[in-house]
Amino acid sequence: MTQEVAVLGVGMHPWGKWGRSFVEYGVAAAQAALADAGLDWRDIGSIIGADTVRGGYPGYVAGATFAKALGWQGARVTSVYAACASGAQAVDTARAQILSGLADAVLVVGADAAPKGFFRPAGGDRPDDPDWLRFRILGATNPVYFGLYARRRMALHGDTTDDFAQVKVKNAAMGALNPKARYRSPVTAEEVAASAVVADPLRLLDICATSDGGAAVVLSSMEFARRHGHAEPVRIRAVSTVTPRYPNAVLDLPDIATDSAVAVDPPGETFRRSIARTAYEEAGVGPEDLSLAEVYDLSTALELQWYEDLGLCGEGEGVKLLRDGATALGGRIPVNVSGGLASFGEAVPAQAIAQVCELAWQLRGAAGDRQVAGARVGISANQGLFGHGSAVIAVR
Amino acid sequence: MVAGWFAGDGDAFRLLGTRCAACASVFFPREDHHCRNPSCGGGELEEIALSRRGRVWSYTDSRYRPPSPYVSDPELPWEPCALIAVELEAERIVVLGQAAPEVTVADLTVGMEAEVVPGVLHEDAETTWTTWHWRPTGVTA
Repeated sequence: MTQEVAVLGVGMHPWGKWGRSFVEYGVAAAQAALADAGLDWRDIGSIIGADTVRGGYPGYVAGATFAKALGWQGARVTSVYAACASGAQAVDTARAQILSGLADAVLVVGADAAPKGFFRPAGGDRPDDPDWLRFRILGATNPVYFGLYARRRMALHGDTTDDFAQVKVKNAAMGALNPKARYRSPVTAEEVAASAVVADPLRLLDICATSDGGAAVVLSSMEFARRHGHAEPVRIRAVSTVTPRYPNAVLDLPDIATDSAVAVDPPGETFRRSIARTAYEEAGVGPEDLSLAEVYDLSTALELQWYEDLGLCGEGEGVKLLRDGATALGGRIPVNVSGGLASFGEAVPAQAIAQVCELAWQLRGAAGDRQVAGARVGISANQGLFGHGSAVIAVR
Repeated sequence: MVAGWFAGDGDAFRLLGTRCAACASVFFPREDHHCRNPSCGGGELEEIALSRRGRVWSYTDSRYRPPSPYVSDPELPWEPCALIAVELEAERIVVLGQAAPEVTVADLTVGMEAEVVPGVLHEDAETTWTTWHWRPTGVTA
């Protein structure tokens, strides 16, 4: 088990389509996190940005962009790219700097202004990029993969489209309680069923939108936290950033085929399961210890898969867990009490950091109407394109 | 566009992959530089033809026009395109592909047999871009 780091402050810019620069969202989130921590920006020895594309600039930028906008003050700077797992890698880098003594207090920021419609690869003819290839050769958008996973669950486990709709109903009900969420209206199963099919069997309301948004956290050593008056801060106990093991036998975004298992049998656990297991082992806790989980519900069906991958229930039992009410607010293990991506939409570099913000608010008992009573241990989980694992376990 | 991914006409049409001469790992899309099995010291990568038939692992469709770099005629209404992931038993691999044009999700079930057939991805006045399609064989046992 590694040593813990303190979560001194958290902050978000509300999600939505605001039409402004990602810098604005990131700075707003950073200032909120600094204020929450009771620190001045000049107290921060290191800033870490989760990357996005700056319009007109041929590259991925973040850390220095936020540092400049906040006012150059000489802090160490890092920028990380890991697709949807960028935020978790940023948190992991901050933790490594703190535990190694390179920095006492680190500001982690992720923000994005997402384009409308489907995500698409960068321009140009780039047949050496698997992400470009799947669009060019197959027209395979992200929802196509979500549809494949959903249909596979229906065939293997007997899930129905009505079951998928109930995930949306649950998350929308909780998102309606979250002032940072983009969508704040309850949704009925009838409304899901009446929305257009995007990728059979999934409909528009089964799939998360793209959004603008920003999130930030201030992390520090436990000693720094005590010195600055945080006697009992929320602590991060594990960060999992694992890669898959060969052969990865699940058709993962953005691949056209799985690894062949003809020479080596697939590992006993899937990639997503290994993400969670690694976090549990590092934290010294198990699924039975969790008070809540924030998972990457890119689609309603994928949230059910995460129940199983996190070990909240057995394989194929995700729907039963949902139907029993275990994953709703007030249930045994509430999942996505923030409202999840269903209510937020994707702002890629910000989302994994936003998950940590929600864990912190919940573990402090500061989550308002969506508070999980007596929350003590929370996990966030997601998966970044190209084989980036991401999970964080926080405790109080 | 993707040289060496498929070859042949009619019943002789096949997807082409590569196989490591040392560990027998199969790669599709083809891997021509380095065997990706981490426990393999690495061998010559030889071109092989993949099995023609497999079983449907899952399927879905695109009801909305995919963005670029997918090429489609914006003057024409978008026709939903089915996609099928097919598991090849001998190679123990799942390969995603577009379904043959006449196939819709209503024609498909997980586990049914499908075969690879030549197809056209897109054509304009100068060029026809060929591709592979999956088509159910009608065998469901």
